[in-house]
Amino acid sequence: MTNEVSPPVPLASSQTSGRMARFSEFWFYFSVNKGAVIGFAVLVLLVLIAIFGPLIAPHAPYQQYRDALLTPPSWQVGGKEQFLLGTDAVGRDLLSRLIYGARYSLFIGLIVVTFAMITGVILGVLAGYFRGWVDTLIMRIMDIILAFPPLLLALVLVAILGPGLFNAMIAIALVLQPHFARLTRAAVMSEKNREYVIASKLAGAGHLRLMFKTILPNCLAPLIVQGTLSFSNAILEAAALGFLGMGAQPPTPEWGTMLAEAREFILRAWWVVTFPGLAILITVLAINLVGDGLRDALDPKLKRS
Amino acid sequence: MALLEIKNLSVGFDTNAGLFMAVQGIDLSVDNREVLAIVGESGSGKSVAMLAVMGLLPKTATVTADSMTFDGHNMLTMTGKQRREIVGRDVAMIFQEPMASLNPCFTVGFQLEEVLRFHMKMDGPTRRKRAIELFKQVGIPSPEERLNSFPHQMSGGQCQRVMIAIAIACNPKLLIADEPTTALDVTIQKQILDLLVSLQVKHGMGLIMITHDMGVVAETADRVIVQYKGRKMEEADVLSLFESPKSPYTRALLSALPENATGDRLSTVADFMKNEAANAGVAP
Amino acid sequence: MSEVVLEGRNIVRDYYVGGGLFGKQKTVHAVKGVSFTLEKGKTLAIVGESGCGKSTLGRILTLIDPQTSGELLIDGKPINIAKDRVTAEMRRKVQIIFQNPYGSLNPRQKIGEVLGEPLLLNTNKTAAERRDLAMQMLVKVGLGPEHYNRYPHMFSGGQRQRIAIARALMLSPSLLVLDEPVSALDLSVQAQVLNLLADLQDEFNLTYVFISHDLSVVRYIADEVMVMYYGEVVEYGTREEVFANPQHSYTKTLFAATPKSDVESIRARLAKKKAA
Repeated sequence: MTNEVSPPVPLASSQTSGRMARFSEFWFYFSVNKGAVIGFAVLVLLVLIAIFGPLIAPHAPYQQYRDALLTPPSWQVGGKEQFLLGTDAVGRDLLSRLIYGARYSLFIGLIVVTFAMITGVILGVLAGYFRGWVDTLIMRIMDIILAFPPLLLALVLVAILGPGLFNAMIAIALVLQPHFARLTRAAVMSEKNREYVIASKLAGAGHLRLMFKTILPNCLAPLIVQGTLSFSNAILEAAALGFLGMGAQPPTPEWGTMLAEAREFILRAWWVVTFPGLAILITVLAINLVGDGLRDALDPKLKRS
Repeated sequence: MALLEIKNLSVGFDTNAGLFMAVQGIDLSVDNREVLAIVGESGSGKSVAMLAVMGLLPKTATVTADSMTFDGHNMLTMTGKQRREIVGRDVAMIFQEPMASLNPCFTVGFQLEEVLRFHMKMDGPTRRKRAIELFKQVGIPSPEERLNSFPHQMSGGQCQRVMIAIAIACNPKLLIADEPTTALDVTIQKQILDLLVSLQVKHGMGLIMITHDMGVVAETADRVIVQYKGRKMEEADVLSLFESPKSPYTRALLSALPENATGDRLSTVADFMKNEAANAGVAP
Repeated sequence: MSEVVLEGRNIVRDYYVGGGLFGKQKTVHAVKGVSFTLEKGKTLAIVGESGCGKSTLGRILTLIDPQTSGELLIDGKPINIAKDRVTAEMRRKVQIIFQNPYGSLNPRQKIGEVLGEPLLLNTNKTAAERRDLAMQMLVKVGLGPEHYNRYPHMFSGGQRQRIAIARALMLSPSLLVLDEPVSALDLSVQAQVLNLLADLQDEFNLTYVFISHDLSVVRYIADEVMVMYYGEVVEYGTREEVFANPQHSYTKTLFAATPKSDVESIRARLAKKKAA
C-alpha cells in the first residue's frame, strides 16, 4: 500500500553534478517560500506516520473498548492515560484510527492523482498535438465534465457505480482529470512549434516520439504543481464523499467517514469531530503550501533571473 | 561640469551561486550635446550600469559608487520620490523591444499623454497638441490618426518611434538608448539612428547608446567606452577607437568584424582571451 | 565540380488566413515564384528583411513545409512533401540550423541524446557506434567528449550553436540550410561560428543556403547572393556582381542602410555633424 522510495541509481559523475546543480537551484527557489518548507516538513511527517502506522499506533484501529465509550482526551477531566485523544462512540482509540486514516488519505490522493494525471495528460497531449477535430472532441467532453459542480458529479458517479472507497476514487479521478487535460493541452500547444521540436521532426521522429519523448517532458512543471494541488483536492473530496456515506464504508478509519460517524455526538463529545477535521485541515494545508512552493520554484515566469 | 558623472560604480547581484559582480569600478561621464556609446558583448554589464543610474534594478542588486551626480543632483543620497521625478523627465530611456515596452491595452496616444500629464502637468487640449507635435518630430505620418492606434497595429519601427516620442516628451537632458535598433531591420535601423542623432543635436541632449554593434557605434557616437566582463577596457573618441584601438580587446573585437576580414578566416576574440590568460599567468 | 545540388523552379508558397465562419479567406503570398540553382560546395545567401519570405523559403528547402506550387529538386530528384512522404534517404540530405540556439535544443535532452537521435531514428547503428560518432562530431565542432553527458542549459549561446551544427551534421547531409545562424550571437562568438562553418564546408564539401539580414556577414561567406523583397527575388547573382553593382533600388537602399565602420565614413560623419 505504501511505496518505498527506490534508492537512487548510481550515476556517472558528470550526470550527478548536473542533477545536483539542478536540484540545488530548485531548492534555492523552493526554500525562499518558508510556508512551502513548513508544508513539506509536515508532509514528510505524515508520510512517515502513514508508513510506520502499525508501529506507532497504540491500539488496533478496530479494537473496541466497551468500558471506555466516548472517553475524552487524556488531559481532560475523565480522560484516560491510554487514550491520548480519547475514544469514539464504540470505544475505539481515536489517535490510532487517525494514524491509520493517514494511510487511507495518502493512498486515495496518490491513486486518484495518478489515474487523473495519466488519462488527463494523454488526452491533453493528443488534443494539443493534433488539434483539429481530435482537439474539439476531447476538449468539448472535458468542458461538459467541468460544467458540473465537481462534488455533485462525483456523487452521481458513485451512485451509479455503487458506494465504496474504490468507486469513490474513480469518480474523483474522473472529475479532476479535465484540469490535467487542459493544462497539458495548453503546454503542448506552446511547445509544439518550438525549434527543437522541428529539429527532432527533421531527424525523423514520429508522432509518438515527438508527443511523449520530445514535448511532454518539457510540459511537466505545471503538471507537477497541478498534481500536488489535486492531491489535496482528492483527499478533501474523498472525505466529503465519506461524510455523505458514499465513500469508504464504516468501520474503515477514513477521516471523512469518521466525521460522518461522529456527527451525532458533535455536542456531547467535541473531540470525535475535531480531531479528524483537524487532520484533514493540516494535511490539505500542508500539501497546498508545498504546491505553492513548487509553483514558485518550477514556473519559469515567476523566476527572476 | 558633466551632465552625468559616475565614479567607481560597482553593481553586484545575489544569486544562489553567491555574489555576482556585473559591473566593477566603472567611471563614466557624459556632457550635454554628446553621444557616448557603451559597447560590449552580452554579460559585459553595459545595460546594468545604466539601469543602476535609473534605479531600475531589482532588490537583489547592490549598487555602490564613490559618486553619482546628474545635473548637480547627488543620485546616491536621493530618495525614491526625488529620483522618480527626475527619471522620466530629465533622464529618459528607450529599450530594445519596442513592442514589449508599450502597454498593449492602451492607445499609443494615451501612453504618450500620460507622460505629459504626470511630468508636465498639462491639461487635455495642450497635451493633444504637444502629442501631435512630438509625433511629427519623430516622423510618424498622419499623427492625428496614429495617436488612436494600439501598439499591435503598428510596425516595430513605428513603435520605436513612439517610444522615442515618449522619451523626449519632457525635453530630457539625457537620453539613454539601450540597444534601440537590435530588434529592427537594417533599413529601419538606419532611420531610427538618424532620428536619434538629429534629435540629440536639435535638443542639445546628452545621448548614451548602449549597443553590441560596432556599426551602430561608428554611425552615431562621439565618444566610446568598451566594456568587457563588467570592466572598462578602453575609453576613446570614436575616430581614434576605430583608427588606433589601444586595448587588445578592442583590437580583437574590431578584427572579428566580417567586413574587416583578411584572408579566409576571421580572427576571433578567443585568440585575445587566450593571450590575456597567458598574460595573467605571468603578471599578477 | 559543377554538380547541381539544389534547384528551385518557380517556387510559390501561399498562406491562407481567416476563412472562419465569418470573414473571407485571404491569401498571403509569402514566396512568389523563386527560381535558383546551387552547385555543390557553394554558399547561396538569401538576404532580406523580416517578413520578406526568406525563412519560409528556408523551411521549404528543408522539407518542413510544402511548396504551394513550383518544383524543388534535391540532387536532381524532384520532391514535393505535400504528395510524398519524406524518406529517410531524403532527410539525410538536407538539414537546418536555426537562429535561436536557446530554442533549438530540447532542454530535457542530454547532448549525447541530441546527437544520437538522428542516428537512432535513421540508421541501424548500435548504441556504442552512435556514442562514438557523437563523440567524434563533438570534437569536430570544437567541443569535447566531456560535454557528452551535459544538458543544454549548461552551455553558452555559441556552444549551443556548435551543438546544433553537430546535430545537423550527424547524418552527413550534403546541404545545410542556415537560418540566421549567427544573428543571436555576440560578435566574437559570431566570428568563431562563421570560421567553424567555413572549416566544415571545406572538410565535407558542404553546400550552404545561408539566410541572413546582415550584409557584412553575407559578403564574407557567400558565393552567390539572392535578395528578397516581399516574397520576390529582386536581385540574384554572384557576390561580386551584387555587391559591386546592385541593380534593384531595394538592394541599393539596403546597402546604404548598412552601418559603415571604416575610418573614412566616421570622419565624414563627424565632419558633417560639426558643420550642422
